Amino acid sequence: MVDQLSPLQPVLEAGRHPLADHSVGVTLGETQPGSIVQLAAWRGQEGAAVATIRDVTGLALPDGPGSGAFAETKAAFGFAPGKFLVIDQDEGLAAIFAGAVTSETGSVTDLSHGRTAIRVGGPKAQWVLAKFFAVDFSLSAFPLGSGISTVHHDIFAQIQRTGLEQFDLYVFRSFARAFWTSLRHASEEVGYEVQ
Amino acid sequence: MIIKCPWCGPRDSSEFVYQGEGGRTRPDQSSTDQSAWNAYVYDRVNTAGDHDEIWQHSGGCRSHLKIIRNTVTHKVLSVVFACDTQDQEKPA
Ligand SMILES: [Zn+2]
Repeated sequence: MVDQLSPLQPVLEAGRHPLADHSVGVTLGETQPGSIVQLAAWRGQEGAAVATIRDVTGLALPDGPGSGAFAETKAAFGFAPGKFLVIDQDEGLAAIFAGAVTSETGSVTDLSHGRTAIRVGGPKAQWVLAKFFAVDFSLSAFPLGSGISTVHHDIFAQIQRTGLEQFDLYVFRSFARAFWTSLRHASEEVGYEVQ
Repeated sequence: MIIKCPWCGPRDSSEFVYQGEGGRTRPDQSSTDQSAWNAYVYDRVNTAGDHDEIWQHSGGCRSHLKIIRNTVTHKVLSVVFACDTQDQEKPA
């Protein structure tokens, strides 16, 4: 397996950048999953794709647009009609899906080296993300486990809520360093910690 | 302007790309009828009012959408998946 190198590696430096009162509103970090896999189901095969995700990962996706689920080291959510992103901290997920998804069901695309996963958490996570994306991040509009596709100017982002105050963002790796820099600037006003 | 994507829900119009007037019929690929091709490429209804349009949610789920939008008020009257409509481009 080819080693995965983070595009954030030259700029990601752990440390606290608090406000004058020593508080931090958000924590920023990279989750570095070993596998990021896109599943696309042909029309009418969405249920079969959801069943395959459950069989392979144990994650049960509820019905409905953008529904998702997550566990300790795995996550999955729908990001477009018939399309799902599945994430695993371990490598090799694409190969498992390639064996489990038939050509009658859909297709499997390994994006493990193509996306960078950034985690934004903390009481001001919603506030900071709302500065980037014209999307309602409130819990009622964006329930736990669910995911969306959206865009910050040219930076396409897939976002899953993995906590009441936590979001995992998947951005193209070529944009990741620029996005990370913007994220730090946007977090300055609330105080932040890089983990 | 807010467009309510049938999959993503209400999103800012900046996430969408306009792909032209809907309901156009492409001439048969082998057609040599110059006036038919001219009409397909250049003629537009250019409605002042409820307008049939194709958009793509490019900064979202990437679905192609058939939208009825009032060109005078910018009010979006209906949004459906283009693939669910009968007036997809087909050879005449
Ligand atoms: Zn959409």
